[in-house]
Amino acid sequence: MDGILLGLETALQPSNILICLLGVTLGTAVGVLPGIGPTATVALLLPITFEFDPVASLIMLAGIYYGAQYGGSTTAILLNLPGESSSVVTALDGHQMAKQGRAGPALATAALGSFFAGTVATVVLAMFAPPLAQLALKFGPADFFSIVVLGLIASIALASGSTVKALAMIVLGLLLGTIGQDQFTGVPRFTFGVRELYGGLDFVSLAVGLFGLAEILRNLESKQSSELVTRKVQGLWLTRDDFRRIRMPVLRGTVLGSALGVLPGGGHVLASFTSYSLEKRLSKEPKKFGTGVIEGVAAPESANNAAAQTSFIPLLSLGLPTHPVMALLVGAFIIQGIVPGPQVIEQEPELVWGLIASMWVGNLLLVLLNLPLIGIWVRMLTVPYNVLFPAIIAFASIGCYSIGLNAWDVFAIAGAGLLGYFLIRWGCEAAPLLLGFVLGPLLEENLRRAMIISRGDPSVFVTRPISASLLLLAAIIIVVAVLPSVRKKREVVFQGEDD
Amino acid sequence: MSTHTGEGPDAGTRPAPFRPDLFAGAAFIVLGLAFAIGGAQYDVGSALRMGSGYVPIALGGTLTVLGLLVVVMAFRGGDPAIRDVVRPPVPWRRAGLLVAAILFFGFTVGGLGLGPTLLVTTFLAALAAPEVKPLRAALTAAGITALCLVVFVALLQLKLPLFGDWLGG
Repeated sequence: MDGILLGLETALQPSNILICLLGVTLGTAVGVLPGIGPTATVALLLPITFEFDPVASLIMLAGIYYGAQYGGSTTAILLNLPGESSSVVTALDGHQMAKQGRAGPALATAALGSFFAGTVATVVLAMFAPPLAQLALKFGPADFFSIVVLGLIASIALASGSTVKALAMIVLGLLLGTIGQDQFTGVPRFTFGVRELYGGLDFVSLAVGLFGLAEILRNLESKQSSELVTRKVQGLWLTRDDFRRIRMPVLRGTVLGSALGVLPGGGHVLASFTSYSLEKRLSKEPKKFGTGVIEGVAAPESANNAAAQTSFIPLLSLGLPTHPVMALLVGAFIIQGIVPGPQVIEQEPELVWGLIASMWVGNLLLVLLNLPLIGIWVRMLTVPYNVLFPAIIAFASIGCYSIGLNAWDVFAIAGAGLLGYFLIRWGCEAAPLLLGFVLGPLLEENLRRAMIISRGDPSVFVTRPISASLLLLAAIIIVVAVLPSVRKKREVVFQGEDD
Repeated sequence: MSTHTGEGPDAGTRPAPFRPDLFAGAAFIVLGLAFAIGGAQYDVGSALRMGSGYVPIALGGTLTVLGLLVVVMAFRGGDPAIRDVVRPPVPWRRAGLLVAAILFFGFTVGGLGLGPTLLVTTFLAALAAPEVKPLRAALTAAGITALCLVVFVALLQLKLPLFGDWLGG
């Protein structure tokens, strides 16, 4: 609990509150724009945060992330356009509520449920991250290699679609991560003599290309420009009956989300789907789900937010991102000169706890400020796409260029965007690629270090108990993922998630 | 094997390979081979002391194998996750405009400076919009450029010159 106090002390400094507010506001403003999901929002706004010192910059990032999630829910509810798979479920009943003129209560439910879930999950995070990090400090290179392998493998188990393609995307990401100077020998790899590539591909460019440009290209597949119809939002407040109805769904969603969020590879998607189906099963009138019942918004939004919070546990204790946004945060850590891993909590307590506490502050700011400002966010929705996407191109180019004044970072957006567009079109998901890219250097470093320590004996990975059990777990996940019976069940879970 | 009997001219023969899987598999094979062959140019080393080429060769080989598996999937009816999805044609012209816009930015922002570069970049990008007239695209470009200059130069104070060396700025 000392940690939380230290964190609150950091996060509640006026300048940091201001930074957090700025992040939340920017995140909501961009996240609410149709066709820009939370991952793209964070990637687009990431360069701005590099202007600040490490603590402030990560606090701002956390604010952006929460704002973007909230903005994404707003778009899902008002326009039935979920920006990311985790808000698909919110759109089911949320949009129906909006059609019935109850958009206000739906948005308020999303914000209040998220706030409650975020508060609980912050405590869970504070309880579990430090002991896990303590444990991880005993890990050797072989164990770290295995934990990265497990993280990567687990990320495909929860993804929808083909397992072979997801594996291929991971490996492609790992390969793209080898571009640049070899950290052991200093030999530049795959740089074709271009000095600007010695530092490797820029991960912000990769993320902006894969999640921003590729999405724009997908939207431009249709011939006509579509007009979006927005509805007026009035009457934000929940009735006493609404409060009574959302109480238990929020609680159950929070518990479910906190537990599932720790899973690598997008536990928050699973959390929102599972909590929705749980509420449907428990409900006395399950048939009403999908017609605009408030429980159908409360449960998945709480689960989603709790999971978003507890997915910081593997990140802060092991340095392992479990989700594309977490991968972006790892990149931000590295740019700030902090190597993510179990030592971070010990070495940078102010930063870690400040980050955790400011997520909670960010949630609070969302409820206090963004909810009343909903009219402004709704107006953001009316920006026509013909204006929006050239602006995204401009913002992305300026943002990526401003990080290192490196033209190759701009070229990389175009390359990653085309690659992402075609691979997504051919049924390959982009998220495993980004995770592989961020974890690639970590994987190679620990592999090579482990082999040196074991004097070239590869059996070290199966003779060390920690490493062996992690690899066994990864093997089980692969076998289970390709088994036909499980595949069918997974399809049922992901049914309707055809974005 | 479930061949579709009595359905079209393909009756009795193997069904045509599912093209998206064929393309995806081919892309993985090409990229995997490229990294493996490229990696072989560097010191490979041994398992004890891995050289710079060791990991790229191993991963490139893995990607090639996975690509082959995707190709096999193409001949076995295709990926069920996308088999029945309608894919509109690739918007080649629009994709080309957007890529051109981004490349132009990268090539000229250092020389021309932020102002002129943004104007051209956003104009090219705006031309990719459905049913857009050049005048409208130009107006959009001017508006976005002004907005970007206010946000990035005036508010965020990024140290990017408005006009570059090529313009004597």
